[in-house]
Amino acid sequence: MDNSLLSLLIWLPIFAGIFVIFIGNERANTARWISVATSILVFIISLSLYTEFDSNTHLMQFEEKTSWISQFNIYYHLGVDGISMPLIILTTFSTILVIIAGWEVIQTRPAHYMAAFLIMEGLIIGVFSSLDAILFYAFWEASLIPMLLIIGVWGGDNRVYAAIKFFLYTFLGSVFMLVSLIYMYNKGGSFSILAMHDLSLTATEQAWIFWAFFMAFAVKVPMFPVHTWLPDAHVQAPTGGSVILAAIMLKMGGYGFFRFSLPITPDASYEFSEVVIILSLIAIVYIGFVALVQRDMKKLIAYSSISHMGFVTLGVFALFLAYKPGAAEAALLGLEGAMVQMISHGFISAAMFLVVGVLYDRLHSREISTYGGVINSMPKFTGFAVLFAMANAGLPGTSGFVGEFMVILGAVQANIWYGVLAGSTLIVGAAYTLWMVKRVFWGAITNPDVETLSDINAREFSILAVLAIAVLAMGLYPQPVIDVMHVTIEHLLNQALTSKL
Amino acid sequence: MNNMYTFDTSTLWAALPEIFLLSAIVVVLLLDLFLTKPFKQVTYYLTQLSLLITAILAFNLIGEPKTIIFSGSFVLDNMASIFKVFMAGSTMVALVYTRHYLTEHKLFRGEYFVLVLLSMLGMMVMVSGYSLLTLYLGLEILSLSLYTLIAIARERAGAIEAALKYFVLGAIASGLLLYGMSMIYGISGSINITDIATFADNSTLASREMLILNFGLVFLVIGIAFKLGAVPFHMWVPDVYQGAPTSVTMFLSTVPKIAAVAMLVRILVDGMGAMHDYWSDLFMVMALLSIALGSVVALMQTNIKRMLAYSTISHIGFILLGFVTGVVEGYGAAVFYVLVYILMSMAAFGMIILLNKQGFEADKISDFKGLSKHSPWFALMMLAIMLSMAGVPPFIGFYAKLFILQQVISAGFITIAVIAVVFAVISSYYYLQVVKSMYFEDSDNEITITAPMDMKLILSINAVLILVVGLFPDFWMKLSISIF
Repeated sequence: MDNSLLSLLIWLPIFAGIFVIFIGNERANTARWISVATSILVFIISLSLYTEFDSNTHLMQFEEKTSWISQFNIYYHLGVDGISMPLIILTTFSTILVIIAGWEVIQTRPAHYMAAFLIMEGLIIGVFSSLDAILFYAFWEASLIPMLLIIGVWGGDNRVYAAIKFFLYTFLGSVFMLVSLIYMYNKGGSFSILAMHDLSLTATEQAWIFWAFFMAFAVKVPMFPVHTWLPDAHVQAPTGGSVILAAIMLKMGGYGFFRFSLPITPDASYEFSEVVIILSLIAIVYIGFVALVQRDMKKLIAYSSISHMGFVTLGVFALFLAYKPGAAEAALLGLEGAMVQMISHGFISAAMFLVVGVLYDRLHSREISTYGGVINSMPKFTGFAVLFAMANAGLPGTSGFVGEFMVILGAVQANIWYGVLAGSTLIVGAAYTLWMVKRVFWGAITNPDVETLSDINAREFSILAVLAIAVLAMGLYPQPVIDVMHVTIEHLLNQALTSKL
Repeated sequence: MNNMYTFDTSTLWAALPEIFLLSAIVVVLLLDLFLTKPFKQVTYYLTQLSLLITAILAFNLIGEPKTIIFSGSFVLDNMASIFKVFMAGSTMVALVYTRHYLTEHKLFRGEYFVLVLLSMLGMMVMVSGYSLLTLYLGLEILSLSLYTLIAIARERAGAIEAALKYFVLGAIASGLLLYGMSMIYGISGSINITDIATFADNSTLASREMLILNFGLVFLVIGIAFKLGAVPFHMWVPDVYQGAPTSVTMFLSTVPKIAAVAMLVRILVDGMGAMHDYWSDLFMVMALLSIALGSVVALMQTNIKRMLAYSTISHIGFILLGFVTGVVEGYGAAVFYVLVYILMSMAAFGMIILLNKQGFEADKISDFKGLSKHSPWFALMMLAIMLSMAGVPPFIGFYAKLFILQQVISAGFITIAVIAVVFAVISSYYYLQVVKSMYFEDSDNEITITAPMDMKLILSINAVLILVVGLFPDFWMKLSISIF
């Protein structure tokens, strides 16, 4: 092992988290400082993934491989490519934000709260960097446990229901994936994900495996009609939990499509691509309208998340129809758009949930009707909130525009109507977001409590400022991110278009 | 073959652990009579010492070539030795928890320990039994000790009821087993496993002989299923688990499962291996029913002992699935699952005993309310135990299920595997109920833990092992396969 960067990224936060548990809630300040220091350290280390990354190859980099369970030929095998590397940095970035965001707000068991997020950070990095299916599955399931506790312990009034629903939904989805992974192991003799990419499978096998994967990933994304756990989980989760859930955990589903579904079952993905596209379009259009009628801000953002994640699955599966021999650009555009959308959604949804969190901490209400005229008492905060709302609506110049535009371009090549339907989000999305902005931030103050609101403090300001920079940077100059993933995505496109039959 | 039927004292070393344990039982029993009240703890320490020495003696025999003594009715092989070490070890752990329970409930009596040692002897005989008679003998030593152990809380109506129920149903099961044995003996002319194996592995059997063999087989399977608590022979499990004193429940739900699996291996794999096609179908049905019923009925339980009883039934279903496959790796997977189950179940009951105080049985799920606030460490341990039982990685319970599922899928039963995992998801709901009580709810009563240091330490190690073995399961998987 000449390079143990990824192991460090996984285990440093996990062990720091365990350490923080032992520090205990009595010494909360020590726990907070250690947590924030760890998360910043992990973020800095993860940046070296970017700086030392070679974007001219699709091969796995920073690889580590040690025998783990030799009985099943299972390896502790880590590595990243252009798809997983940006997601890891997104993870380390978001974790800093949630730990700082929970600084004063979390007064019950603060040390355990911080520890849960640190441990979850390590586990999610594990998900994105595992190259062995069982290792992947272990991280994938294990990451449910801290989230279950975060929702259940620090959540709202109906937290028990939301926490258990979240756990059972995602658990049920992923056991089918486990069965198909074992099936492929029995066939190919290896749990290596890369070996599974090359495993030849018949059409029937691919169809079954595709749907098994689909159950696991669609629940996580979440896609219509298995999205119902998400609004519950988001509404009940504490702000930090919502941020990680939206910014990272949903991406695990999208990542699954990139890493498993397309390369392992290319023919089945092609065969069923229209089903997935239609489900994605339903998510984009129908869920957009559902978001329009929400009275609860968090629920509104949760539904808007589902709608935006629809672009990810649309971009991924539109490639089969968008691809014309000799002209791969459209298909490539859709795939890259899906990746950009995942990262951009990570920033925007995190920002939106933090914005709601700021309001909730002050008035303890998520109802839109509680507010009105917030701009009068919180001008600085409103500036940020409107920026993020614009990004959520897909305003050019913000990150929200780039991914959606790329996906729509790809979708138009596939079928003009897909493009039209997907494009309707620019109207619906703007409608629900801006209407919420109007009702919450603008107008006259109707609730006397709003008058007494104090504007954001330095801590909140810095979190939102960092996110604002990220949103704008991605919107104005997304090229560095696209460069990093370009070769990997091209390779993935090849894999997806090469029949295994 | 003739020399098999002679008695040769020079072969006695193969039964050394049993011989030692029997002598130790006599010593402990007699000594206890002469100990006055302040010295009663001596019995406990002496018991632990006897078990430790037994374990060491058995450990030294690991690696000896397969030896069959006592006219072919007693076998020493790696499986026997390894199982004995595990049984002695887990009994020692169980006794650490037991002592706290007995003290808190004023049940501390010398006979308790003698009975535990006796049942241990019975299990060792079962593990090493190589004729139908020895196996039956071991089973009866075990069962009679267990009946008495349950009834040791003689002031409790529930315990007496449980003991009687267990006794009556256990007697029926023994009867069925004996009936099956007599049929096998009648047709094959021998009670020795080796002879039976030779007889059954004969393709020229007349259809009449085959019929009787099959009849005998069915009765044997029923008898074994009864002892394991597989559906539809599970009726005694929830009532006995709930009614028995928790320390006894812990003991009878863990260690004897190894012995029962050993008996299963001796009779069905070693003896009737040639008839695998016949008994594997029965096992398949029982396994699926056990997994389904264990997962669904447990959902409605509020008593955690009863819930664990149903959870045991569903675990037994998974273990039986390992035997359905009919290959060595599948049997290995089943044995691995048994060992993992014992590790988890021991810790789970240990947690219940931990919360016991002065005449208070903490056997409701709601008794765990607010544990995470009063004792974050043990709440975390219980979280690991429950999620491990639900089969969530990275805990050891996941690898046990993975091993079984891999074998089941490899044998071509993909549908069975899918059904099993769906029920595993359903069962995770009731394990989450315990997590919910500990973490998401608060109780008005202060939870005080009165357990002594040694119990806390052993319980912590036990629970941490669930994670540690989960991270490094390779050795145990290989060990489980190596015994076949």
